Amino acid sequence: MRHILFSLLGWLMLTAPAQAILTIDITQGVEGALPIAIVPFAWQATSAPPADSVSEIVSNDLARSGRFAPLPTQSLPQQPTEIGQIDFNTWRTVDSRYLVIGGVQPAGGGYVVRFQLFDVLRGEQIIGYSLPVESSALRRTAHRISDLIYEALTGEPGAFDSRIAYITAQGRGKSAVYRLQIADTDGAGGKTIVTSKEPLLSPTWSPDGARLAYVSLEGKRSAIYVQDIASGQRSQVAAWPGLNGAPAWSPDGSRLALSLSKDGNSEIYLLNLGNRNLQRLTQNPAIDTEPSWAPDGQSLVFTSDRGGQPQIYRMGLGGGTPQRLTYSGSYNASASFSPDASKLVMLNGNGGAYRIAVLDLVTNQTTVLTNTSMDESPSFAPNGSMVIYAVGRDLAAVSVDGRVRQRLAVEAGAEVREPAWSPRNR
Amino acid sequence: MRKIYLLAAVLALTATACSRTPEKPVDPNQATQTGTGSDTAGLNNGSMGDAQGLAGDRTIPADRVVYFDYDVSDIRNDQRAILDAHGAYLNNNRNARTRLEGHADERGSREYNMALGERRAQAARSYLNILGVDSSRVDTLSYGEEKPAAAGHDDSSWQLNRRVEIDYSGNR
Repeated sequence: MRHILFSLLGWLMLTAPAQAILTIDITQGVEGALPIAIVPFAWQATSAPPADSVSEIVSNDLARSGRFAPLPTQSLPQQPTEIGQIDFNTWRTVDSRYLVIGGVQPAGGGYVVRFQLFDVLRGEQIIGYSLPVESSALRRTAHRISDLIYEALTGEPGAFDSRIAYITAQGRGKSAVYRLQIADTDGAGGKTIVTSKEPLLSPTWSPDGARLAYVSLEGKRSAIYVQDIASGQRSQVAAWPGLNGAPAWSPDGSRLALSLSKDGNSEIYLLNLGNRNLQRLTQNPAIDTEPSWAPDGQSLVFTSDRGGQPQIYRMGLGGGTPQRLTYSGSYNASASFSPDASKLVMLNGNGGAYRIAVLDLVTNQTTVLTNTSMDESPSFAPNGSMVIYAVGRDLAAVSVDGRVRQRLAVEAGAEVREPAWSPRNR
Repeated sequence: MRKIYLLAAVLALTATACSRTPEKPVDPNQATQTGTGSDTAGLNNGSMGDAQGLAGDRTIPADRVVYFDYDVSDIRNDQRAILDAHGAYLNNNRNARTRLEGHADERGSREYNMALGERRAQAARSYLNILGVDSSRVDTLSYGEEKPAAAGHDDSSWQLNRRVEIDYSGNR
């Protein structure tokens, strides 16, 4: 048994709980989703168990990925919580090659969470961990376990131990309220980061996941803020005359690319967050906006209508003429790189429908992923396999291969938009 | 008698709606023009004589919304009279300031729509500047698609959302 020590500092301060709670439904799963048996974990104490059930969170995570089909609890032939209790012969008669068992017990001020993943056919353990965690980190530990199981069985990194940021809007006119909120990828643990009577836009995570940059129209002007999530402290980093928008963190977290109209029209600039030095990158009477960094920090893609309608261009940070990348459809915007830099996800407009599309930068093939018509704001998961986006008043997610679809609904009343998927939690 | 007034009112409303919001297909030439910095593109056609012809007034003109075609920021010919009236007001009230609030319809990227709203507000400011209103008295603010005037998801709502609102609330 391997031991992993997690030292999770207060990565989320408990602010006012969010009114809106996300619920996520799979609307389309993978054919041949892998059956997996997850036995409810033992609670090894006489005191009341924690409110969060680790095995339930893991089961929901794996099911939500669309690639696993957890067996219903009532169909489990036995409920072992230790390896010695497992009767592999019995499990071989059940339609599941994989079995997860575990337990949670109090320790110090927190818990020790242990789990083991077995290959029932071979009667062997695949992975097993014992994780000491602070009591406030129990949910996050469950997501970390989902990632470990997901990676062990698919060979790909999971994205369960990460977060999403999004904007909610309620009411209209003088009663309008806008909120920037963050939540776990299963929609739980929602927290409000900013509340405003004026619109908030374009939330974006710092590479270390500790801060969010966003655009606020408070005070009847646009400005860009950088806010520390744990402390709630924020600083205004861009408030030039005219438009301040579309912040994007450099991969090393030291700079923001952004769009400013202070010199006559929307152009792309780089702002050094340390010394506040500003460098202009584009020089064109067209609208240039929505910069997004390549993972190696050497180039940007951005939206420009220099050719008539918005299209995606790429430019090296060293200068040079931006190169147009998109030739599919009449309108392309909101582009960002996959974590492995092989693809761009973007908003693609064609014949009046606005859909999420992926451009493979190697093959130059564009694939449209959605079949709705008013989509916007796509954002890659940190494992590059899912894309979250906004459609109508809700959020939705689709896998890059199009096989898995999810709809994320908010409790009644709020419109949800502008999702941003965080980097993997540290 | 009342029926005739009602009919006249309906006809008048219809006529106004028709003249303000024509169904026009997107003109590819227009789209290309905006791509090459056409804040002043709409200003060279048509006469500007109307602005001088208006009597100077101490009343803020009632019509405070200027509408735009899809994905462009050119000031449409049928919208000039609205801006002319505000130009006259601002020229006759030298202490007055105004804020031009630009908007876009909901289609497409939010950030691109912020830039489009800003460009529309700047186009209106340039127009006022040519009328003699110094740009230092005119602020611009874009709301992009964030504050629609009409909540529907079709052309009839979208054309009401592509607009610049002329706001004087910053004045005492």
